[in-house]
Amino acid sequence: MSVVQARNLSKRYGATVALDNVNLDIQPGRIVGLVGPNGAGKTTALKAILGLAEFDGQLSVMGLDPRTHRTELMQQISFIADVAVLPRWLRVGEAVDFVGGVHPRFSREKCLAFLARTKIQPTQRVRELSKGMIVQLHLALIMAIDAQLLILDEPTLGLDILYRKEFYNTLLSDYFDHEKTIVVTTHQIEEIEHILTDLLFIKEGRIVLNATMDDVGERFAEVMVNPDKADAARALKPLYERQVFGKSIFLFDGLDRAHLAELGEIHKPSVADLFVATMKGTYA
Amino acid sequence: MSTAMNSNKFAWLLRREFWEYRGGMFWAPMITALVMLAITMLGLITAEFTVHRHGIQLGGMNLDHVVDSIGAGDVAKVHTAIDIGLVGMSAPIGIVFFFVVLSYSLGALYNDRADRSVLFWKSLPLSDTETVLAKVVTALLVAPALAVAAMIVLHVGFLILLSAYFLMHGIGHALLLLWAPSHLIALWLKLFVSIPVNALWALPSVGWFLLCSSYVRSKPFLWAFMLPIAAGFLVWWVRLMQAVSLTSAWFWSNIVGRALLSIVPFSWMSKASLTSEQLSIHVGDDEDLQMMHHVLSFDSIASALTMPNLWIGAAAGAAMIAGAVWFRRNRIESYA
Repeated sequence: MSVVQARNLSKRYGATVALDNVNLDIQPGRIVGLVGPNGAGKTTALKAILGLAEFDGQLSVMGLDPRTHRTELMQQISFIADVAVLPRWLRVGEAVDFVGGVHPRFSREKCLAFLARTKIQPTQRVRELSKGMIVQLHLALIMAIDAQLLILDEPTLGLDILYRKEFYNTLLSDYFDHEKTIVVTTHQIEEIEHILTDLLFIKEGRIVLNATMDDVGERFAEVMVNPDKADAARALKPLYERQVFGKSIFLFDGLDRAHLAELGEIHKPSVADLFVATMKGTYA
Repeated sequence: MSTAMNSNKFAWLLRREFWEYRGGMFWAPMITALVMLAITMLGLITAEFTVHRHGIQLGGMNLDHVVDSIGAGDVAKVHTAIDIGLVGMSAPIGIVFFFVVLSYSLGALYNDRADRSVLFWKSLPLSDTETVLAKVVTALLVAPALAVAAMIVLHVGFLILLSAYFLMHGIGHALLLLWAPSHLIALWLKLFVSIPVNALWALPSVGWFLLCSSYVRSKPFLWAFMLPIAAGFLVWWVRLMQAVSLTSAWFWSNIVGRALLSIVPFSWMSKASLTSEQLSIHVGDDEDLQMMHHVLSFDSIASALTMPNLWIGAAAGAAMIAGAVWFRRNRIESYA
C-alpha cells in the first residue's frame, strides 16, 4: 500500500494555482526528495498531506483522508516544518514530558539518549538555545516517535554545515529503516542526494520528474563534447547545454549510451544539474 | 483510542497552558496578595508607632471583657464585617485576574500562529477541539481557582497579622471571633462555588476573545475591542435599536459590555440581584447583613443561575468557541 497516494490533487490561492492536478504515489521504505523552486507548490503539497490545508481532488495518507482524520494521522506521521518553530517559552524537560504525555508512540528513553549526545540541558528554555540546538532538540523529539512517515520541510534552513551533516547522518543511522518513509524538501539538494532513494521535481504546481535515483542514473546522462561535435549533440535535443573550459556539456534524457559515447565522455549528472536543466525558464 | 488516554491528554494540555502562562495565572494573583499583606503589615506597624509616639494607652480597661460581652446577634454582625473586609481587600486580585484572563484569551490562539510554533503543536496527535477546550477550561476554571487560592492566602495572612496585633495588645479573646471556622469556611466555599457561575457569565467574553484570537492576522487586542465599540457607536448613531424598541444603552450594556467585561468576577451582580423582600426573608432587616448577603451568599449565587441574560450569553459564548475551533482548524495556512 502506498504511504501517500494523490489523484488530481489541486489547490488554488485566488488566481494562483499552487497545485495543478498532481498524481503521485509514495511507497514505504523510501526517502523522497521533493524539490522545486520557490513557490512551486512544495509546501502546499506537504500541508495537504499533513491535513493543514484544504485541497481539491483525492489524497490518501496511510489510507486516511488527512482533512477528516488529522488527529489519528498524526500518530503515524511526524513533521518538522522548519527551524524556529518550537515555542520559545518551552523548557526542554517540559517538551519531553509533554510529547511523552500526548503521543502514544513516543519513547522517552530514546529521546533522552539523543539529547545526552548534545549540550542541551533539560532546564533550558528554547529561547536560550542556538538555532542548531533547537533543531537538535526538535530532531530528538521527532526521532523518538515511532512514526511511519516523517515529513521534513527545509529542516536545516539557516544551519551551518556541521549541524546540517549531523542532522542527516543521525536521521539515516538512528531513525530510518525499511518500514519508514521520509519526505524531505530542501534547497541544499547536493547535500542530501546521496541519501535519497526517490526524486520528485515540482514546477509550477506540476510534478515534472518522478523517478527513483537508480532510474535517474540510467535515464539521464551528461556528455562532455568537443566543439567539433557540438552540432551533432544539439541535433539530439539535449535538455540542457552549458560551457566548461571550451567544451560543451549536454544533458540527455533516455538516449542510448553507446550512441552518446561517440560524442564524448559520459558522466552521471548531479541532481543539482538535473534540477537546473529541468527548471530552466522558471523565473523568466 | 481509550478514554483514559484522552483524559490524560487533556490533563497534559492543561499543564501546557499552565507552563506557558504560569506568570499570569499563578504569580500575578499571588504577588498581588503578598503586596496587600505587606501594605497591611506596614499599616499595623505605623499604627503601633503612632500609638507609642502619642503615648496613647490601650490598656486601662479589659478589652477581653468587651469582646466577651458581645451578644450572639452581634457575633453574626462581626463576622459579616470581617467577611466584607476580606472580600473587599480581595478586589485587587479580581482586577488582576480580569487582565490576566483577558490577555490570555486574546493570545491563546494567536501567539503560536504569530511565531509559527502552531506547526509544532499541530504535529502532535491533538485535535483542534481538545486544544481550544483546554484553553477555555484554563481561562474559566483553572485561572479562577488559582485566583481564589491567592485570595485565601491573603485572607489567612491578613487574619494572622491581625491576630498578632491583637495579642500584642492583650485582646486574645478576639481571636476566637476572627478565626471562627464556620464563617471562614463558608466564605471560601462561596468563592469556590461562584467559580462555575462566574465562568458561565464570562463565556461570551472568553468566547469572543478566543474567536478574535483564532481569526485575526495581527493585533488581536485592537480588533477585539474596536469591533464591539464601533458597533456600539454605529447603533447609537443610526438609532438602529429603536426599530425593535430598544435603546442604544441596552446595546452597550448587553452586547458591548457583555462581550468585553464579563470576565470581571461577580460582574453579574449588577444585572441580577435579590430583591429587598428576598433579602429580608433571609437575613431580616439589618442593612449590613443585607448588604453582605446581597454581595456574597449562596442565595445570590444561585439567583444568578435564574437569569436569562446569563444563559443567553453562555450560549453565544459557546457558539463563538465553536467558531474558534473552526478557525483553529482552517486558518493557520495564511501564516506560511
